[in-house]
Amino acid sequence: MVRLMVDAPAAGSDESAVDAFLQGGESLRHAPGPYFGSYGGRWMPESLIAALDELEDTFQKAKADPEFTAQIAELNKNYSGRPSLLTEAKRFAEHAGGVRIFLKREDLNHTGSHKINNVLGQALLAKRMGKTRVIAETGAGQHGVASATAAALMGLECVVYMGAEDCRRQSLNVARMELLGATVIPVTNGSQTLKDAINEALRDWVANVDNTHYLLGTAAGAHPFPAMVRYFHEVIGDEARAQILEQTGRLPDAVCACIGGGSNAIGIFHGFLDDPSVRIYGFEAGGDGVETGRHAATITLGKPGVLHGARSYLMQDDDGQTIESHSISAGLDYPGVGPEHSYLADIGRVSYEPITDSEAMDAFRLLCRTEGIIPAIESAHALAGAIKVGQRLAAEAETSGSKAADKIVVVNLSGRGDKDVATAAEWFDLLDKDSPEHEIAKEGEQL
Amino acid sequence: MNHVESTVRGASKSAAAIDRAKAQGRAALIGYLPAGYPSVEDTIAAGIALAENGADLIEIGIPYSDPVMDGHVIQAATTEALAAGFHVQQVFDVVRGITSKTDAAVLVMTYWNPVVRMGVDEFSRQLADAGGAGLITPDLIPDEASEWMAASDKYGLDRVFLVAPSSSPERMKRTVEASRGFVYAVSIMGVTGARTSVSSAAKDVVAAAHAAGAERVCVGLGVSNADQVREIAAYADGVIVGTALVVAIRDGGVNAVASLTKDLSTGLTKEEA
Repeated sequence: MVRLMVDAPAAGSDESAVDAFLQGGESLRHAPGPYFGSYGGRWMPESLIAALDELEDTFQKAKADPEFTAQIAELNKNYSGRPSLLTEAKRFAEHAGGVRIFLKREDLNHTGSHKINNVLGQALLAKRMGKTRVIAETGAGQHGVASATAAALMGLECVVYMGAEDCRRQSLNVARMELLGATVIPVTNGSQTLKDAINEALRDWVANVDNTHYLLGTAAGAHPFPAMVRYFHEVIGDEARAQILEQTGRLPDAVCACIGGGSNAIGIFHGFLDDPSVRIYGFEAGGDGVETGRHAATITLGKPGVLHGARSYLMQDDDGQTIESHSISAGLDYPGVGPEHSYLADIGRVSYEPITDSEAMDAFRLLCRTEGIIPAIESAHALAGAIKVGQRLAAEAETSGSKAADKIVVVNLSGRGDKDVATAAEWFDLLDKDSPEHEIAKEGEQL
Repeated sequence: MNHVESTVRGASKSAAAIDRAKAQGRAALIGYLPAGYPSVEDTIAAGIALAENGADLIEIGIPYSDPVMDGHVIQAATTEALAAGFHVQQVFDVVRGITSKTDAAVLVMTYWNPVVRMGVDEFSRQLADAGGAGLITPDLIPDEASEWMAASDKYGLDRVFLVAPSSSPERMKRTVEASRGFVYAVSIMGVTGARTSVSSAAKDVVAAAHAAGAERVCVGLGVSNADQVREIAAYADGVIVGTALVVAIRDGGVNAVASLTKDLSTGLTKEEA
């Protein structure tokens, strides 16, 4: 087993290195784990290793079982509503240098985001393992709602851990999970946000591992979670690649996604990893600005460390204590990132850049007004990034004498923004100061 | 490595402390304290009180932001220590403060990221320099421990890995072989915290670890009183008490730690089977 334990070089794109990598004939697709370069692994208590082994074994057998893959395909088609659309955003694109922008519409999936892809897969695996109970962590509530949905569909008991502060700023999502039959447990430890919800879910899992599956919501954590969660989201990239070829006759120049833990991003990136002509961008939450310290730009500013079972980039202080992250988007408000992203950053295959709250909210409003689509604030980070990428591509086109309109950017619109209406209304000052929504949004803002 | 718990460089301090207890016909008592709770000075004083009242080994925990294996009592204590400004570097002051005044073997219990951040070799060097016996690593398994294996060999430190009721025979063997000093048997599937009874699983875990070749196996999680100590001392080489001691220092300070330790130690004598 070869692992480099040295500090990784700074993240960033080195296109010649990528070209060399890809020309060497090595595929970046279907990386099996447990290691992605020096990242990944299993930095976990021994008590949970047997459960991780059982999960990996079940997952490997399921992948090879036509009955399982048919079940997934059937659920994707007739329950989630896949394939999700690929929609050209012509009026939005006018603000992105005049390139062509296509939105991969994960917001149109059942439950309103990409999260459903992963929860259906893992809930099926839980059933295969004979588990009767699933637990999940959630930040904004999207993964909690998706988990509660899958549990209801498959007759599993569901407990969702959610930071007490997140429960307050997403109270409607708490109600939604409870309507679906889940129990929501507010977590009052630590910073009372997503990372603490994961800690509490892990404590539950250690104590109840006999009958419980931990339905982790992102492509992070101990092996096999990063590779397994990616597998269930690969459908995003597979569909997007086929759809853009069908609609435009060629591959895009760039693919953009937002990154918290990184599950929607790894799902769409995977479809294009082996296409050297496609530049890939991940947009992290820059919060108030990376210079302020109040952000969640893990790859941009973090250092390699171990948290929640994997070695990856991590926001940490000089003592190795996890630093609290900040973002207007609860779904990106996480101080870690999936290990495959850390690897893709180091080898330069994917460029990771921060987007501030303010840039994301501008893009949020722009999409509302130019396309009639209210995006999740998470996805608005990808949209803001796509504007920058589009402008860069347009400038390149001008230099080389080609046309901006010949450039193509695909953006993963990972979720819809209904859950974010209170936050957005507060941001844009649309609320009556005495309204209860104003109070809820204000509390969210203060975090 | 063919023989288990090998002594690569110098004698294992933990093994020596457990063997001294064994020579007296009893199990060893291992007491846990979180560093910097309520202050670094208090941790040193409480550690000395532990040693003077019957503890053979002392486990000093490094407060960490994400302690996934700890229950509410220890979480609350370590969170308070961090809020009061505890820094990882101070754990070496605690170790030095106790080893300079007592014969107890002093181990550090730490989640792995603080060690990674300082550098595994540098952390190990400073721990050895402070007179520390080794590390207990709740979220590091031998599979990921290549750096720690090398550093612990280099500085003669004990590697205390955990085994659990869920450990397969293969993993049990692998973990026992990677360990040095003793093997930490987790008594139940769960996190730290006092429990009214110790699960029967503990005895099976100890038997499995012994069968896999471990010479010294100590039991932790949920042990809080002399009766439980007595029950475990009948089959294990050492008994680890954590949460009950944290409650003692929280509610009664160093004196309460001293009296609880004295009481716990009455349970150590092995009863004839």
